[in-house]
Amino acid sequence: MPRTDTPAPPRVRPPRPRPGIPVGLLLPAALGLVLLTLPLIGLLARTPWADLPRRLTEPGVLTALRLSLLTATLATLFCLLLGVPLAWLLARVRFPGRRLVRALVTVPLVLPPVVGGVALLLVFGRRGLLGGWLDATFGITLPFTTAGVVLAEAFVAMPFLVIAVEGALRGADQRYEEAAATLGAGRWTTFTHVTVPLVAPGLAAGAVLCWARALGEFGATITFAGNYPGRTQTMPLAVYLALETDLEAAVVLSLILLTVSVAILAALRDRWITSP
Amino acid sequence: MRRVRVALAGAAVAALVAGCGGDPAGGPAGASGGVTGTVSVFAAASLTESFTRIGRDFEAAHPGTTVVFNFAGSSALATQINQGAPADVFASAAALTMATVTEAGNADGTPATFTRNQLVIAVPAGNPKGITGLADLADRGVKVALCADQVPCGAAARSALDAASVALTPVTLEQDVKGALSKVTLGEVDAALVYRTDARAAAAKVTGVEFPESARAVTDYPIVALRDAPNPAGGRAFVEYVRSGRGQAVLAEAGFQAP
Amino acid sequence: MTAALLDAHLVADRGTFRLDVPLRIAAGEVVALLGPNGAGKTTALRALAGLHPLTDGHVTLAGVDLDRPRRRVRTPTERRPVGVVFQDYLLFPHLSARDNVAFGLRRHGVDRRAARRAAMDWLDRVGLAEHAHRRPRQLSGGQAQRVALARALAVTPSLLLLDEPLAALDARTRLDTRAELHRHLAAHPGATLLVTHDPLDALVLADRLVIVEDGRVVQEGDAATVTARPRTDYVARLVGLNLHRGTAEGHVVRVADDLALTVAERLDGDAFVAFRPAAVALHPDRPEGSPRNAWPARVSGVQRHGDNLRVQLDGPIVVAADVTPAAAAQLRLVPGQPVWAAVKAAETHAYPAGG
Repeated sequence: MPRTDTPAPPRVRPPRPRPGIPVGLLLPAALGLVLLTLPLIGLLARTPWADLPRRLTEPGVLTALRLSLLTATLATLFCLLLGVPLAWLLARVRFPGRRLVRALVTVPLVLPPVVGGVALLLVFGRRGLLGGWLDATFGITLPFTTAGVVLAEAFVAMPFLVIAVEGALRGADQRYEEAAATLGAGRWTTFTHVTVPLVAPGLAAGAVLCWARALGEFGATITFAGNYPGRTQTMPLAVYLALETDLEAAVVLSLILLTVSVAILAALRDRWITSP
Repeated sequence: MRRVRVALAGAAVAALVAGCGGDPAGGPAGASGGVTGTVSVFAAASLTESFTRIGRDFEAAHPGTTVVFNFAGSSALATQINQGAPADVFASAAALTMATVTEAGNADGTPATFTRNQLVIAVPAGNPKGITGLADLADRGVKVALCADQVPCGAAARSALDAASVALTPVTLEQDVKGALSKVTLGEVDAALVYRTDARAAAAKVTGVEFPESARAVTDYPIVALRDAPNPAGGRAFVEYVRSGRGQAVLAEAGFQAP
Repeated sequence: MTAALLDAHLVADRGTFRLDVPLRIAAGEVVALLGPNGAGKTTALRALAGLHPLTDGHVTLAGVDLDRPRRRVRTPTERRPVGVVFQDYLLFPHLSARDNVAFGLRRHGVDRRAARRAAMDWLDRVGLAEHAHRRPRQLSGGQAQRVALARALAVTPSLLLLDEPLAALDARTRLDTRAELHRHLAAHPGATLLVTHDPLDALVLADRLVIVEDGRVVQEGDAATVTARPRTDYVARLVGLNLHRGTAEGHVVRVADDLALTVAERLDGDAFVAFRPAAVALHPDRPEGSPRNAWPARVSGVQRHGDNLRVQLDGPIVVAADVTPAAAAQLRLVPGQPVWAAVKAAETHAYPAGG
């Protein structure tokens, strides 16, 4: 639509890049891309295409795939439920020890996932800090259950969500929240009706990262939730076990996981992330 | 040549009996038989403790050699070797994975079974559930960890359970024997079928319950020197050393059985 | 003034800056809070909206204390009957124009349908009914301003606050929007406070001006009084007058050690003298004859001012003089050049500085 006067609020447009890309950027960029995609090409090269239909329909494959998608999605929802308020707290509330809390949030990023799994056992296991109490009080046991898989995935993936959402919250103009208050919106309504929509792109990006990390989770899952087909055996676990006996089966399983996740991510990106 | 080695091994056993950590510095200088340099040994994870000791002894017996180990799951090692990893020796925990290396033409000679391992029921120290045999594992309320069928300890467990006609539903099928054992040491399961050597290594926290059907599911450990090895002489010498009385003594101490 | 709808004494701190401004606004009255940047205008507005805490004083609206720190009374922003039009409008980017206007109604318990209907009425009133479904980024600045006004008025606030409502607009749009805004403010039954640094906005839109400098009220009154009798340099500059303070004795006000101006009024004591830049005549030499107020000065700057040139003069007093381009050419005005300045007594306006 034609504009007759200044837009509101004024937006800063990024300057149009000059034509011609410096070699100093182009070369490492190309190498980086090669590093990221070459292993994928290696997988494709080793894929037994003739065998593919038969392997795809093997019963364990679909079970593991379904379980992976289910647990990654549940883990993402769980992370949204707890991670978004945590990100809000870190971004908006000044409290003593905030830096420490922010550092603690990133612990699962640096912790080897297997260690993360052991740590989860030490808390939620039968003899763990909370596990015994949970079992005795509510009859809840988490290790070796699908819920345990979700918990392990959430533990490992939540930092991605929190960091992305906190960044988005810091970048968001808080005066919109003040405007909402002047219109009679309380803090909670402001959060749900103004803040969340404002940071929706960051939220979506964080959720996608979180989901992808949860989908690929291996170490914490096998340590905390074990490996049992249909209950805790997700695709990465199935891939690892297949690798023990049959490289080609492992390649096929990896390919399925990749295809499904790339398809879902591409679809979500079109739907959520590019829209305002 | 062989006679020399056997004599040497005997001397080493004597040195061990005489006192641990005793450095056999007085060993015959010429005994190294021209073996020198770095020897790369790819060995199954269950051999970690035994082979580390054997490696030290080997270095002492062959001054000028250094033994470096790559301990991992047997099939991961087989994949690495078949993809061209520079190794001199491969010691596997399963004949099947050894076969992938020989079939790929990467073995120098025929693999020999150098030791055997047997399953025990690993239970938390003191055996709180009073488990005495495989049949007890099928009880409701007993959580059991097994290795997955795809890995050697899982295949052995399957044979043993079939032999005992016990049907049980484990809570988890672990990727390797250490995973199964750690579920016991962490107290998350009441029992796991693991190798006797693993149970013995974790004796502080785990009790190994022997059961008769384990005789039906003995795991053979084959070893072979590799073709295209960077140090072929060193590799062959190490294989011989492991199969010698000295090597066998260390393995026996860890709970392995003679082949 | 006893029937003031808003009765406030705003005492607020922002770092080392302290705002201390009493403010009363009657129902239907539009008051402009005018002042230079950093004077505390926006802090005052934010304090009234509950977005900045009061240190002391009070905010009483329609007889109800919204803030009174001494009695620990503090009403959160969302529970104040106060509407705000922000400087860059802050329309919610994820909502359509209609839903922006309906937002406040929904928060006040109006159901979705009724809120949307009322929002449509408001958009119709500001002439934007056909843009109801546009997102804010699809609206022009003037349209966004009207949506923001509709959004603030839709919840019928007792006090309407506008923060530089026209500052983000270009000159042409500002002219149209100002006229339209005047119409809506005149129709608003509650109290209205307009924060601006643009004297034209203040003069056109407001019934009364309150001028703040450095956190304090320096002058207050209707447009005619303030423009005729500025009390600070800032106000004088705003209204385009030369202003000097001195001591009066009869018809003479001494404004500098070596300069006394003869004025039309007779007064004594502390006094202001004001005169328009156009009333200052420049001469190459000491003028002969009638003008009694003449002094030697030096040109410190020349710039365009409408059709004329505005000449800044140093000397015993700093003065702005407006001259025609022809006169300027004749005088060959360049910075540093000495001239004589003269003002007729009849062109001056003197009034007591005491109050």
